[in-house]
Amino acid sequence: MSAEIKGPFQEFWQRFMENRFAAAGLVIILALFLVSLAAQFITPYHPDAIDAWHVLLPPSADHWFGTDELGRDVFTRVLYGARVSLKVGFVAVGIAVLIGTVVGLFAGFYGGWIDSLLMRVVDIMLCFPTFFLILAVIAMLEPSIWYIMVIIGLTGWMGVARLVRAEVLSLKSRDFVQAARVLGASDLRIIFRHILPNALSPVLVSATLGVAGAILTESALSFLGIGVQPPTPSWGNILTSGKDYIEFAWWLSLFPGVAILVTVLSYNLVGEGIRDALDPRRQ
Amino acid sequence: MANYLIKRILMLFPLLIGITLITFTVIHLAPGEPVEMQTAMSPKVSAESRARLREFYGLDKPLHVQYGMWLSNLARLDFGHSFAPDNRPVLDKIKERIPVTISLNVIALILEFGLALPIGIMAAVHRDTLIDRGISVFVFVGFAVPTFWLALLCMYFFGVKLSWLPISGIHSLGSETLPPLERFWDLAKHLILPISIATFGSLAGLSRYMRSTMLEVLSQDYITTARAKGVKERVVIYRHALKNALLPVITLLGFSLPALIGGSVIFETIFSIPGMGQLFYQGVMARDYPLVMGILVIGAGLTLIGNLLADLCYAFADPRIRHGRG
Repeated sequence: MSAEIKGPFQEFWQRFMENRFAAAGLVIILALFLVSLAAQFITPYHPDAIDAWHVLLPPSADHWFGTDELGRDVFTRVLYGARVSLKVGFVAVGIAVLIGTVVGLFAGFYGGWIDSLLMRVVDIMLCFPTFFLILAVIAMLEPSIWYIMVIIGLTGWMGVARLVRAEVLSLKSRDFVQAARVLGASDLRIIFRHILPNALSPVLVSATLGVAGAILTESALSFLGIGVQPPTPSWGNILTSGKDYIEFAWWLSLFPGVAILVTVLSYNLVGEGIRDALDPRRQ
Repeated sequence: MANYLIKRILMLFPLLIGITLITFTVIHLAPGEPVEMQTAMSPKVSAESRARLREFYGLDKPLHVQYGMWLSNLARLDFGHSFAPDNRPVLDKIKERIPVTISLNVIALILEFGLALPIGIMAAVHRDTLIDRGISVFVFVGFAVPTFWLALLCMYFFGVKLSWLPISGIHSLGSETLPPLERFWDLAKHLILPISIATFGSLAGLSRYMRSTMLEVLSQDYITTARAKGVKERVVIYRHALKNALLPVITLLGFSLPALIGGSVIFETIFSIPGMGQLFYQGVMARDYPLVMGILVIGAGLTLIGNLLADLCYAFADPRIRHGRG
C-alpha cells in the first residue's frame, strides 16, 4: 500500500482524467479560451476589416476559412466569435446557477408554504417553451449581448432549483446539520456554510451541461438576427451570412458550425465526465 | 385516485393565473410600444394621432387595468385582435397555422419515438459493447449539433448541390394546378428535409433517456429473479424489462404535446414553413402584443395540460399507483 493519502479533490481529479473523452473536452475548452484571448496575436487580420477586393474567397493559405461577403477573414471572425460564445455560456449559466441555488436552498430548507410557493413558480416557468419566451423578451429589448446573457440565465434556473432542493431535503436531517443547529448556528449560517457546500456537486454537472445549452441558444438567436449584432462577430451571425450566400460560399456555413459543434460537444463531455467522477457507481 | 385527480385539477387554476401573469409582465416590461414601431418611420404622425392610436389599442390605461381586461377576455377564450394591419382575431390567425405545424410535428414525433426507443434499448441491452459505444458517440454528436446549422448543410447538399429537394416553403409555385397525386408528391418533397432534421434533433436526448431507464430497470431485483429462474434472456428483456422501461416514456409524450402545436421557430423560419413558429417570430418582430401573448399563453397552458394528462396516464398505467398507493 502506498503511504500517500489522497484528498477528495485529487481522487476526483484522477477519476476525471482517466476518462479520455472528458479529458479531451477539457483540453479543447482551455485551448479555445487561450486562442480566443490571444486572437490578435494569432491572426494578422482585424475581425471587422473590410476588403472589397477579396470578397467571398474560398479557403486558401492566406485565408484559412475563406472570406465573407465583405472580404473579412472568416478564420479571424470565428476566433473572435469564440469570445462571445464562451462569455455567454459562463455569464448566463452563472446567473441561472445563482438563482436556482438560492431558490432551491430556501425551498428545501424552510419547506412549508415557502417551498410550495417557490416550487409552483418553478412549475409555471417550466410550462413555457423556453425559446419562445427568450425570443419574445429579446426582440422587445434593444439588442445587446448582456440582455441575451441575462435572459438565458433567467429562463434556465429551474432545473438547478429542483436539484438543489432535492439535495437539501436529504442533507437537512443529517447529523452535521443537527450538530450545527444545536451549537446555535443561525439559519443562514446553516444554509450557506453547512448545506450549500455539500449540495454543490450535482450543480456543477448541470452547470457544465447548461453552458453547452446556453451557447447553442445564443448561436440560434444570433442566427435569427436578434442576438449579437454585426459587425461584432459571433458564430451564429456568421452563419446568417452563410445562409444568404449558401449557393456560392459553403465555407461561410461550415466553419462556424463546426466551431459550435466542437465547443458544445466538449462541454457536454466534461459535464458527463464530472458526473461520472463524482459518482463512482456510474462507472 | 379521485382525490388525487381533483387536487391536480384544482391546482391548474393558480398555475394558469401564474402563466398569464408571467406572460403579461414579460411583454410589458420591455420598453418600446407597437405604436412607436408603427409611427417611428414617419415623422409626420403627430403626438395627437399617436395618443389616439394608444387609446385605440388600450395602451393608455394603467397596467393592472390592461391585465384585468386581458384576463377577463381570456376567460371567454377571446385572445384579442392582432396589432398587424389586418387586425384579425388572434385566435383565427393561430387556428390557420396549427394544421401545418401539427401534421409536420406528428410525423416527426412518430419517427423520433420509432427510432429512438429501439436505439436506446439496444444500447442498454448491449451495454459497454461496441454497439453501445457507437450509439454513445452518435448521441453526443447529436446533442452538440446546432439543428439550424444541420438544416443549412442539408439545404446546401440536397437542395443546391444535388438539387434533389426544394429548400423553402411547403408547395412549389403553381402546384395547385397539379393532379392530386403529384401535388401530394410535391408536398412530400418539401417536407422531407424539415421532418428529417426535426427528427434528428430530438433523437439524441430521447435515445439516451431510453437507455438510462432501461439500464435502471435491468438492474432491478425482479430481473435478476427472472434470470435466476431460467427465463430466456430475450423474454427477460422484451417481456419483463421493456414493459417497465416504457412507463416513463408516457411522461415524455406528455412533454412533447406543446412542441407539437408550438412548433419550432428556427425550422419554420429557415425552411419558410407557414406554421406557428413562423407566426410567433413574425409577431415578435412586429411587436404584435396580443398575438405574442396569445401564443405564449396557449403554449404554456397546453404544456400544463399535457403534463397533467401524462401524469394521469402514468397513474393509470402503473398498477402501484392505480391501486391507491400513489
